Amino acid sequence: MQVTPKAYIAARVAKELRDGDVVNLGIGLPTMIPSFLPRDVHIILQSENGIVGTGPKPDSEHAEPNYVTDAGGQPASVAPGGCFIDSCTSFGLIRGGHVDCTVLGALEVDQEGNLANWIIPGKKVPGMGGAMDLVAGAKKVVIAMEHTARGNPKILHKCRLPLTAVKCVDIIITEMGVIQLTEDGLELVEYNPDFTIEEIRAATEATLIISKSLCPITP
Amino acid sequence: MKRVISPQDAAALIPAGASVMVGGFMGCGNAHAVLAALAEAETGDLTVISNDASMLNGPNGEEYYGLAKLVHNRQIKKLIATHVGLNPEVAEQMNDGTLEVVLIPQGSMAEMIRAGGAGLGGVLTTTGYGTPVQGGMHVHGTIDINGKTYLVELPLRADYAIISGHFIDQTGNIWYKGTTRNFNQVMATAADTVIAEADNLVAIGDIVPENVMTPGVLVDYIVSKGGNQ
Repeated sequence: MQVTPKAYIAARVAKELRDGDVVNLGIGLPTMIPSFLPRDVHIILQSENGIVGTGPKPDSEHAEPNYVTDAGGQPASVAPGGCFIDSCTSFGLIRGGHVDCTVLGALEVDQEGNLANWIIPGKKVPGMGGAMDLVAGAKKVVIAMEHTARGNPKILHKCRLPLTAVKCVDIIITEMGVIQLTEDGLELVEYNPDFTIEEIRAATEATLIISKSLCPITP
Repeated sequence: MKRVISPQDAAALIPAGASVMVGGFMGCGNAHAVLAALAEAETGDLTVISNDASMLNGPNGEEYYGLAKLVHNRQIKKLIATHVGLNPEVAEQMNDGTLEVVLIPQGSMAEMIRAGGAGLGGVLTTTGYGTPVQGGMHVHGTIDINGKTYLVELPLRADYAIISGHFIDQTGNIWYKGTTRNFNQVMATAADTVIAEADNLVAIGDIVPENVMTPGVLVDYIVSKGGNQ
């Protein structure tokens, strides 16, 4: 791997997005994805605090940080053709299936597609914000995360942390591979050739089905 | 013509123990002058309904940005919010038992307030099903319709709403700038008394009727930072 695991993951996630998709990106790794999009793929970024068509991060000369921010409270901009909306309209778009894809990180995902990413009881209680709405409402839910946390598997038989939503995940993309949710369970469809299948299995608590058409990732 | 009052007069309207909706998103769109006056008034035991608890520092280095002032002063006894992670003082007060926090998904909060303001009996949503949200005080069980299970969520209203608009005319019509609209628009519908802080108080007609985002009939008091008029 020539790049950092996060950049490798972001580059592979970018291939999931289609020209014209309305996309909501979570904080952290997912925000790296737009820089990996091919030139002919233009996505419309939704920011749940009230932007459809979020533009690039403004420089200090153009920023209006008291008036235009992203969902993390940081200065943002609106792209040409974009618009500002209120919270009801924003979540109407999210819950109504008008967002084609959301990409978020996870603390845990399990083989039923359950997701836990909003609370560690007794430790970290930031709140769910819009995450529960996004994973319940978006047409496609992509989990983009490092495969393990300090060596411990995050892809489990059953989530142990409180859930964000049940059976909501469509695809998991890590630095080790691409795993699709199927009716039979989690199917490894692409793998990073820097790892063996056995290494990927060892880093995964859930049972992995190896796809008949398994192929190397080409990020 | 609506009554135009100062931030201090607006703060004085709100008694200790009141429930207050506060528009804004991480401080963006908070009614900063009214919240500062409410902090100075030291009105306590408030139940606050807001997306978040703002941030300790604003984008221009403001200390205790917007609603964060009321958290810092420990004026809030109960906070109903969706995300409090950017204000660490909330976790401190939760842990020492002085602040009760109820977390609600953001879309649910928006729709529950909309229901409260639009006379609806509640909201049906799949958001939160199978999660700890399902056991929340705001959830009135579940209902199965056409093979899907929905949470039944109750409407949300408050005694007061403190909102802000960039242009407000003398009838209370509001135009919001940028992402400041967020929860301000819906909160204007769901409180007994609505206090709207104007960045700019403008003449009737300065906001083209088609561009009015909140009709003035919802606004009880306009706050001008310049004081009484």
